[in-house]
Amino acid sequence: MNYALFAEQFLNGIQLGMVLFLLAAGLTLIFGIMDLVNLAHGSLYMLGAYYAATFTEMTGSFVLGLVIAVPVMILSGIVLEIVAIRTLYRRDHLDHVLATFGLILFFRELVRIFWGSAGRSIPLPDYLSGAVALPLGIDYPVYRLLIIVLGLAVALGLYLLVQRTRIGMLIRAGASNREMAGALGVNIPLLYTLIFGIGAGLAGFSGMIIAPLTAANIGMGDTVLIQALVVIVIGGIGSIRGAFVSSLLIGLIDTLGRSFLDDLMALFLPVNAAEAAGPALSSMLIYILMAAILFFRPQGLFPPKGAKA
Amino acid sequence: MSATITLARIVAALVLALCGVMPYLAPAVGEPFLIGLFARSMIWGIAALSLNLILGYGGMVSFGHAVYLGVASYTIGIFAFHGVTDAWIQWPVALGISAFVAFIFGAISLRTRGVYFIMITLALSQMFYYLARSAEMYGSDDGLTISRRSDLGISWLNLNNRVTLYYVIFVCLLLSLFILWRIVNSRFGMVIRGIKSNETRMEGIGIATYRYKLAAFVIAGTMCGLAGILEANFEKFVSPDTLNWPRSGEMIFMIVLGGMGSLFGPVIGAVVYWLLQDVLSDITEYWQIIFGPLLILIVLFARGGIVGVLNGKRRDA
Amino acid sequence: MPNALLTIDNLRKTFGALIATDGVSLGVETGEIHAIIGPNGAGKTTLIHQLAGMMGSDSGRVIFEGHDISALAAPARVRRGLVRSFQITSILKDFTALDNVALAIQAEQGHSFRFWGNAYADRNLRDPALALLEEVGLGARAHVRAGVLAHGEQRQLEIAMALATRPKMLLLDEPMAGMGAEESARMTAYLASLKGRITMLLIEHDMDAVFALADRITVLVYGRAIATGTPDVIRADAEVRRAYLGDA
Repeated sequence: MNYALFAEQFLNGIQLGMVLFLLAAGLTLIFGIMDLVNLAHGSLYMLGAYYAATFTEMTGSFVLGLVIAVPVMILSGIVLEIVAIRTLYRRDHLDHVLATFGLILFFRELVRIFWGSAGRSIPLPDYLSGAVALPLGIDYPVYRLLIIVLGLAVALGLYLLVQRTRIGMLIRAGASNREMAGALGVNIPLLYTLIFGIGAGLAGFSGMIIAPLTAANIGMGDTVLIQALVVIVIGGIGSIRGAFVSSLLIGLIDTLGRSFLDDLMALFLPVNAAEAAGPALSSMLIYILMAAILFFRPQGLFPPKGAKA
Repeated sequence: MSATITLARIVAALVLALCGVMPYLAPAVGEPFLIGLFARSMIWGIAALSLNLILGYGGMVSFGHAVYLGVASYTIGIFAFHGVTDAWIQWPVALGISAFVAFIFGAISLRTRGVYFIMITLALSQMFYYLARSAEMYGSDDGLTISRRSDLGISWLNLNNRVTLYYVIFVCLLLSLFILWRIVNSRFGMVIRGIKSNETRMEGIGIATYRYKLAAFVIAGTMCGLAGILEANFEKFVSPDTLNWPRSGEMIFMIVLGGMGSLFGPVIGAVVYWLLQDVLSDITEYWQIIFGPLLILIVLFARGGIVGVLNGKRRDA
Repeated sequence: MPNALLTIDNLRKTFGALIATDGVSLGVETGEIHAIIGPNGAGKTTLIHQLAGMMGSDSGRVIFEGHDISALAAPARVRRGLVRSFQITSILKDFTALDNVALAIQAEQGHSFRFWGNAYADRNLRDPALALLEEVGLGARAHVRAGVLAHGEQRQLEIAMALATRPKMLLLDEPMAGMGAEESARMTAYLASLKGRITMLLIEHDMDAVFALADRITVLVYGRAIATGTPDVIRADAEVRRAYLGDA
C-alpha cells in the first residue's frame, strides 16, 4: 500500500466527514429539538449548491458568492419553516416523512425550472485550485484542505453556540424540557424557526462548499441525505457530538473502503474476485457498519440524555 | 367488518372492474396506452398492498419497501441473463430472495422504534441500490435489459402476449387482495393491528410482539417480490433506480393517496397516482411541482386518503 | 415465606441519582390481596414495571411459583400467569371493547400464527369475551369503540383484559385512578368478588378501598418497604403514621 496515497485518501475521508457533519448537525439539531424528521434536508443541500453557482456567476467571485448565498439560504430555511414545516410539529413521524418527501419532489422540479436539468459547475479561484505541500511529502489540494478547516471551524462554532450563548441555552432547554422552556417564557415558535434556519444554513453551506468539486446537480441531495441519516443513526439521533464522531467515522470508512478494500481483499481472495467484489462491498460498507452498531446499540453510540427507548 | 355498501367500496369495485376490462375498453375508446398504464398501476398496486400490511395495519413506517420489488426484478433479470427463463425456477427463487432480504432487514430494523426504524429501513434498502450500481456484469448504472420473459410452460399462458401478461397481472392483484383480506381479519391480523394500536398493551396481555412484526414484515416483503416479478416481465428492464429510495417514497404516497389501512386504498391510490401523473405530465413537463405539494396537502388535510374522503366522517370506524 | 406465590427479593432500580426502588423484599401469599401504599414517588409504579418485566432491575430477583423469572421478558411472565394492569388506562382504542377482550383471550389460547380463519367470527374468542364483559358490567357496551368509552368503563375494560389472560396473580396499578366515588365502590366490590380466586398485588391511593380489600399492606417510602402487616397493624404503626399518614 502506497503511503502517500493512503494519507491523501485519509484526508479525503476527513473532508467527506466534514461535509456530512455540516449536513447531519442540522438534521440532528432539528430532530433533537423539534422532534421533526426532515427528509428535505438533502434538498436544502442541493439548493445551497445552486445558490452558490448563481451568486458566484453574478459576482464573479466564489467567496463573494458564498457571502451572499449563506444568508439567502438561512432566509429560505426560515420561509420554508413558516410556510410548510411549522404545521408539522404536532403531527407524527409518518406525516413528517410524507410531507418532507413531498417537499423533495417540489424542490427537485423547482431547481429544474430555474436552473435546468444540466448541472452547474463552479470554477474555483486560482488561489484555491492548486495543491499544497504538507509535511512528510504529501501534496494535497488546497480547496479540500479548506473544506476540512471550514468544517472544523463550524463544528467549533456550533459547540460554542450551544454551550456558551443564550440561544444555545434555549436550545439545550428546549431539547431537554419543552414545557419548562415554554414556562420560562421562551418564545418556542421563534426558537424553532431560528433553529430550522440554522439547520438550513448548515445544509446549504455544505452543498455550497462541495459544489466546486462535484458541480451542482439535481440528484446530489438524495445520496448524501441517506449518508447523513446513517451518520445520525450511528451517532445517536439528537446528539451533535455523536454526529461529529460518526461523520468522521463514516467519511473515513466510505473513502478508505472505496480506495483500498479490493487491495485488502486481494490478500486472501483471488485478484479478479477481489476486484469484482471490492467495489460492491465497499459501497455497502457504511450500511453494514450501521446494522452492526445498531444490533448492539439500538440507540446509537451517543444517545442524548433522557432519550426514550 | 360488516358487509355494508359504502361509497368507498363502490369505487373500489369500479376500479377493479376497470382493471378487468381495460384491454378491451382502452382500444375501444381510442386510448390504447391505458392498457400499459393500468398494468403498471396494478403492479404497483400489489406492491402498495403489501406495504400497507405493515404500514397501514401494523403501523411500521418502513421506508425501504422498493428494495423487495427490486431484488425480485433483478433475480428475474439475472436468471434471464444466464438463459434461465423457466418461471417455475425463477419465480420461487425470486420470492424466496425477497422473503429472505425482508427477514434480515426486518430482524435488524424491528429491534428499533419510531424514527430510528424509519431511517434504518431507508438506509438498509440503499445497500442494494449501491450493490446494483456496482454490479458491472449486470449493467451497473445503465440497468439490465431482460431479453426474454418468464416461461410458464403453459401454452395458453404465454407472457409475450400483451393481453395474457395483463391478465396474469390482474389475477395476481386479485389473489394478493384476497390473501391480504384473509390475513388482516385472521388472528394474526388482529395481533398486527393491535400492535399498531398499543404495542405495550399487547405485551401486557402476553404477546411477544417482535416475532409477529417480523412475520408481517416477511409476508409484506414476499408479496412485494411478486410485484417485482411482474414488473420485470412487464418492463423487460430493471435498473438500480428500481430499488432507489424515492421509489419507496412513491409507494407510501400511493397508499396515503388511496387510504392507509384500508384494503382497497392502495390499489385505488396506485391507479389514481399513475393516471394523475399521466394527466399532469401532459399539462406540464414539471409535473412533480404539483405532485409534491399535493402530497403535503393530503397529509395535512386528508389523512384518510381517497377512501377516507369517500367515507366522509366515518373514517374512524 | 413458605406459601408465597410471588417473592420479591431485594429488588432495586435507579435512574441516575434517583433511587426508585431500594432493595424491596416482600412475599405475596397465594390467594391474598396484598396492597402497597406510599406517597407519590415512593417507587410503586416502578416496582410494578419491574415485576411485570417491562423495566429491567439493577439487582434483585423476582420469584414466581418457585421459579426465578427475573430474566423473562414481559410477555413470557404474562403467559406464566403474572399479569398487570396499567395506571394510565392502556387499551386498544381503535378496537371495540369486545375485540379488546377477544384479543386478550386469543393471546391466552396460545400463539397467533393463524393467518387464514376469520377471527371476528371465531366463537372460541367471541363467546368468552362477551361473557367476561358481562361479568365486569360492560356487556351492553361490547360493540362500542374502546376509545369513546367513559373513563370508568375504560378502567373496567382494562381489568377485563387482564382477567381474559387467566392470571394466577394480578398486579393492579391504581385500578381506581380517576374514578368517582360510586365507580370506585363498584370496582372495590368487584375485586372483592375475585378474592381467593386470583392473588393480587394492589397499588392504590384510595385508602377506603385499600383497607376494605387488603389482607396485608406494605408501606413503601423512598423505594424502601418500611412496614408490612395487616391493615390494623399498619394503621397503628407509628413509623407509618410519621412517614406517610401525616401525623407529627
